[in-house]
Amino acid sequence: MSAMDPQTIIAKRIAQELRSGMLVNLGIGIPTMVANYVPNAVKVFFQSENGLIGTGPIPEQGMGHRLLTDAGGRPVTALPGACTFDSAMSFGLIRGGHVDVTVLGALQVDAHGLLANWMIPGKMVPGMGGAMDLVTGAKRVIIAMQHTAKGKPKIVSKCTLPLTSARPVDLVVSELAVIEFVGGHATLQETAPGVSVEQVIAATEAKLAIADNVSEMRV
Amino acid sequence: MKTVSAADAVALIPNGATLMIGGFMGVGTPERLIDELVRQGKRDLTIIANDTASPGCGIGKLVDAGLVSRTIASHIGLNPETQKQMIAGTMTVDLVPQGTLIERIRAGGFGLGGVLTPTGVGTIVEEGKQKVEINGKSYLIETALHAEFALIDAFLADYSGNLAYALTARNFNPVIAMAADTTLVTAEHIVPVGLIAPDHVVTPAPLVDYVVTN
Repeated sequence: MSAMDPQTIIAKRIAQELRSGMLVNLGIGIPTMVANYVPNAVKVFFQSENGLIGTGPIPEQGMGHRLLTDAGGRPVTALPGACTFDSAMSFGLIRGGHVDVTVLGALQVDAHGLLANWMIPGKMVPGMGGAMDLVTGAKRVIIAMQHTAKGKPKIVSKCTLPLTSARPVDLVVSELAVIEFVGGHATLQETAPGVSVEQVIAATEAKLAIADNVSEMRV
Repeated sequence: MKTVSAADAVALIPNGATLMIGGFMGVGTPERLIDELVRQGKRDLTIIANDTASPGCGIGKLVDAGLVSRTIASHIGLNPETQKQMIAGTMTVDLVPQGTLIERIRAGGFGLGGVLTPTGVGTIVEEGKQKVEINGKSYLIETALHAEFALIDAFLADYSGNLAYALTARNFNPVIAMAADTTLVTAEHIVPVGLIAPDHVVTPAPLVDYVVTN
């Protein structure tokens, strides 16, 4: 068996966090891949913040509809029982704490779980879109990201990039580790198969607390 | 409600006008009104919308034609032309969290001076804004937005002006319908009065000023 690519490891692990009946919002990129690994028996409601609950897979070639898209503007399907609504309702769901889990990407996460994921001053200013509302309002915020970028740690002591919210995230899943913010501190809970605690520490700038029984990620 | 041609509808809009435009990455944007704005060369526009779509699509066409001097939006990341004009200083861009943007528009249409939101607290979004504490939690005061015109795309319009929307093309459309002095609507189908059941009307007829004939 060939080694699993980092994105697949991350998506598969996060899929295990979802339970039947949850309302879940997935960001663009690795977060979107999470939907591919949710077991059939787990019936999750996926929300697209452009106004859809019951978002289904990407349609077969030629089966899309131009008025049925995801938050990235790409064609999607609507599962039986889906519903549509306007943007005020959509963000009422998000900000109002009705979304159980959001999965988002990150540029940096700091030792206390504060997130920067929407701009690099002078370089990348795409706008925050729905990210600030999602992080502020969702019941649980899970970050899906590669552990380092160009060899530099993304889990830092303190974010140098503009923050997304004053509310810390709950969980970071990378291709190396699962890190939870227990009592406000980054705590290593799981390591990926073949990855040592020392390797995770070496790839992380923030000081990590180590859980008593660090387990291996099941992917 | 009056029915008009797209040309006559857009002729109502002066240069320098503030427009709220429906759509999310071009889905639910009244393309025929956009095309007509470009054809008539309406300049110096302020656009309030979720995003500026992409070059050649929806609001992106206004950006391509250099007609926009200011944009209030939540996301411009999929339109490099908007970013280019922003960096060049030919367009001012105010980036607003999406949930805050739609609530500021809703407030404008609902007779509120603004809204209190926790979104943006502790970030650069709070710069220059009043903060209030309620029951121990911090909120930003985000002020209401109004526009002279709302450009709306519906799925169904009847001849009295009632509107219904389809799938994810609803997005900002019913909210901006409340927040502008004049509403201009394109619809996929214009149907006899009564065909949209009362329970299925999303935007009530008195909010609609002009429907563009198909």
